[in-house]
Amino acid sequence: MSWQPVIGLEIHVQLATQSKIFSGADNEYGGRPNDKACAIDLGLPGVLPVLNENAVKMAIKFGLAIGAEINNISIFDRKNYFYPDLPKGYQISQFETPIVGNGEIQFDGTKGKKTKVRITRAHLEEDAGKSTHDLFESDTAIDLNRTGTPLLEIVSEPDLYSAEDAAIYFKTIQELVKYLKICDGDLSKGSMRCDANVSVRQIEDVELGERTEIKNINSFRFVEQAINSEIQRQIDSLESGGKIIRETRLYDETRNETRSMRSKEASQDYRYFPDPDLLPLHVSDALIEKIRAELPELPADKKLRFSEELLLDDYDAGILCREIDLATYFEEVVAQCNEAKLSANWIISDLLAKLHRDNLDIKDCLITPYMLAQIILKIKDQTLSSKTAKTLFDSLWEKPGEPADRIQELGLQQIDDSSKLSTIVGKVLLENPEQLEQLKSGKTKVLGYFVGLVMQETKGKANPKKVNELIRASLE
Amino acid sequence: MSLKLSNNSVRSFSTIKDLQGLLRKKELSSKELVTSYLDKIQKEDDSINSFITIDREFSLKQAEDADTQIAKGVVTPMTGIPIAHKDIFCTKELQTTCGSRMLQNFMPPYDATVIAKLNNSGAVILGKTNMDEFAMGSSNETSFFGAVKNPWDLSRVPGGSSGGSAAAVAAGFAPAATGTDTGGSIRQPASFCGLTGLKPTYGSVSRYGMVAFASSLDQAGPICRNAEDASLLFNIMSGFDPMDSTSINSIDEVAKDFSSSQDETPQKITIGLPETYFENSESDIGLVEIRSQLEKLGHRIVDIELPNIKAAIAAYYVIASAEASTNLSRYDGVRFGYRCEKPQSIEDLYTRSRSEAFGAEVKRRILTGTYALSVGYFDEYYIKAQKVRRLISQDFKQAFNEVDLILTPTTPGTAFELNSLIEDPIKMYQQDLYTVPVNLAGLPAISIPCGFRAGMPIGAQFIAPAFRENTLLAISMKIQEITDFHQQLPAGFS
Repeated sequence: MSWQPVIGLEIHVQLATQSKIFSGADNEYGGRPNDKACAIDLGLPGVLPVLNENAVKMAIKFGLAIGAEINNISIFDRKNYFYPDLPKGYQISQFETPIVGNGEIQFDGTKGKKTKVRITRAHLEEDAGKSTHDLFESDTAIDLNRTGTPLLEIVSEPDLYSAEDAAIYFKTIQELVKYLKICDGDLSKGSMRCDANVSVRQIEDVELGERTEIKNINSFRFVEQAINSEIQRQIDSLESGGKIIRETRLYDETRNETRSMRSKEASQDYRYFPDPDLLPLHVSDALIEKIRAELPELPADKKLRFSEELLLDDYDAGILCREIDLATYFEEVVAQCNEAKLSANWIISDLLAKLHRDNLDIKDCLITPYMLAQIILKIKDQTLSSKTAKTLFDSLWEKPGEPADRIQELGLQQIDDSSKLSTIVGKVLLENPEQLEQLKSGKTKVLGYFVGLVMQETKGKANPKKVNELIRASLE
Repeated sequence: MSLKLSNNSVRSFSTIKDLQGLLRKKELSSKELVTSYLDKIQKEDDSINSFITIDREFSLKQAEDADTQIAKGVVTPMTGIPIAHKDIFCTKELQTTCGSRMLQNFMPPYDATVIAKLNNSGAVILGKTNMDEFAMGSSNETSFFGAVKNPWDLSRVPGGSSGGSAAAVAAGFAPAATGTDTGGSIRQPASFCGLTGLKPTYGSVSRYGMVAFASSLDQAGPICRNAEDASLLFNIMSGFDPMDSTSINSIDEVAKDFSSSQDETPQKITIGLPETYFENSESDIGLVEIRSQLEKLGHRIVDIELPNIKAAIAAYYVIASAEASTNLSRYDGVRFGYRCEKPQSIEDLYTRSRSEAFGAEVKRRILTGTYALSVGYFDEYYIKAQKVRRLISQDFKQAFNEVDLILTPTTPGTAFELNSLIEDPIKMYQQDLYTVPVNLAGLPAISIPCGFRAGMPIGAQFIAPAFRENTLLAISMKIQEITDFHQQLPAGFS
């Protein structure tokens, strides 16, 4: 039997606003428990919510980036349930009329396959607080700092057919929200998390199988593991004659399995209804167009431009476009040296490796685009060889400064002086008579051997082109 | 000094306007004035039970501050004037119970916008008045702190839910009080106690810091001795508040609607009497006198129809209860308010805290509202009620195409006996027959005294188009110039 998994994701994105979605309290991660929850976040008697305009703008930004309809009127509803870290006993969310309607995301899925995921909707809501059950022996600790953090919940259609693609889709959304600067995308701080709806069916079936929902997945690795373990559980169950029941499940990463949290029968009636404290949200076409005009170039467009205009290969363009700050860095380097391919190579193989080694972000990089552009220009005008260029790069990494000065300080200029070089060439030719004979008999391979020796003698500073010429000339 | 003391009782029934004069002329200080009210409350409120919280020290401190301002000549019309607040408004320095065991010891960390505005105007808080629990009631019998009695007859109710505010003003414990009105909770007690009560247009007074009952209906307003004082208080209480998303700048709205040369206080207007209102009422006789006064003033009175009014009570109790059921979810014993002893689990904490701290009427409404919002009943109840609400709004809109104001009785009868309706919620709900449609349509309305039956006050209700509070107040002032119903005092307290 051949099974096909069908997956849809609900991704929660914490919006990077200054203050919370319905109060003026700081929207900041961490801090002392309950220090960042004001009277409104605590749901004290008599307080009222006032919608954060920036959260709305960020939601619109996301909607426009996925080509979605932005609803001119959307409605905030109350989702009613009791939970100790939900202070009001209801969560303000958008139920029937979300701010963002149908949209679409395209990305390269597994094996580079072009993949398209339809997005049903994205809506604004408030985050709840956090309950910690293992801090005290018999009591549950509640931290309401997170309460009221603006969330954008992005709901996809069941358009994903493998756990790997689901993880790539999640990653694509992460890259996009970081690009749009509406979320820091930091999963370790809970800035993004997702719920996965998973079902399996016979590959030839049109109807979807019964689905389960895995709640609160908070890492890319766990998305893949959780979904895969759930797919396997469903297949095993169906193959042994079992039935899948609609339920909510939790992923246990230590055992790599999902377990039942509550069944649909036990599911709650959230008694959604429009929140009378908030009037319907009206978004004007003028505001939508203003935000559209301010939209940055999106990763897919940028990537296309990098390959078409700057003639980068797909792989390089892909890496450079993953983060907007990296792409911007690259473009600044190219703007100053006009060497796209060389800039891409330096960034991808040297700069990223160092950033990765030191666990740094491109924003923290002390080698400025100017410095890297100077290095590349010095290679181009043959002041530096690739070897001396790396020495300069390493030196600037340790201690940033003006590249031209550093070249002087370290004496890295290429040796161009013909008389100086021919002395060295003459010396190595004399010292290696055997190889010289081979060269003379037409074995041009040995040429490289001699160039290498000259380089050794000059600590890599000799102009290789010139050395080549001088060796050839000495044979005539 | 002795003259002042002997005048105490007379002064207790002064209007804000009169007291202003005394304070300005420095015939007495705010501290003396506040002291005399506090003394009267201490001496006489046992029989009325109109206050839940009194903080003498706090009130006198505010009065001293006001006296300092008066000495400096920095005064507003309210500087040094004592006022009582319904215990639904959060006060930073005074516990705020909302008439419930749930909030018996709740000390808010902030002032409601209404409180802040009045404090800033220099008014002095006399105390927090009794009310139906979470403003749910029409008799002030559902309060955890005991029923309030009507100063006109101690065997009768003062009305509700702002019963404590109305009774306090009627008994001369305060010159004026704040109230809130979700389905009649300012107008009905004002009517029962022979006072003037204004329910402003929805959105014109901020709801921030006012403990929510039904968010789309709740509106704060003043309960006073006359319309002039109500106008003064309304002007201070109203205004746009960025902390309340449903708040509206009413001055802008009036300017928008009436930018033409229309006069604020028209000399000759048309007043509609809705026939449907009188079908099962005994109190239309109360309107005979006021009707003839209006005609004497040259106004025209015509019959109008409000065809969907009959469905108002049913729609109101669905919508108000639905909203209340979720507004009251925050009282879970976790962060503030009442918590049961030794909870065994989170469910036990919720269940026992709420069971022990909410009274019967509150529980009834939470259950009703939860039911109305449940899957399978939502369309049949909540959605249908919202449709009725729209129809009623349209009825009013249509009526206001033909008339400037609408006149109705405020209540079906005069104040009823204590314990006579408390066991019969449906009958109790019928008390709101004339007041509820106004809240559903978000309109402003005022209740003014218009006569007596068997010694008990009767109220007349004027309803105006949105943001036309000034028309309501102007016509009420005019009537109060030529009648003296509002100047009558209850025998035992005058």
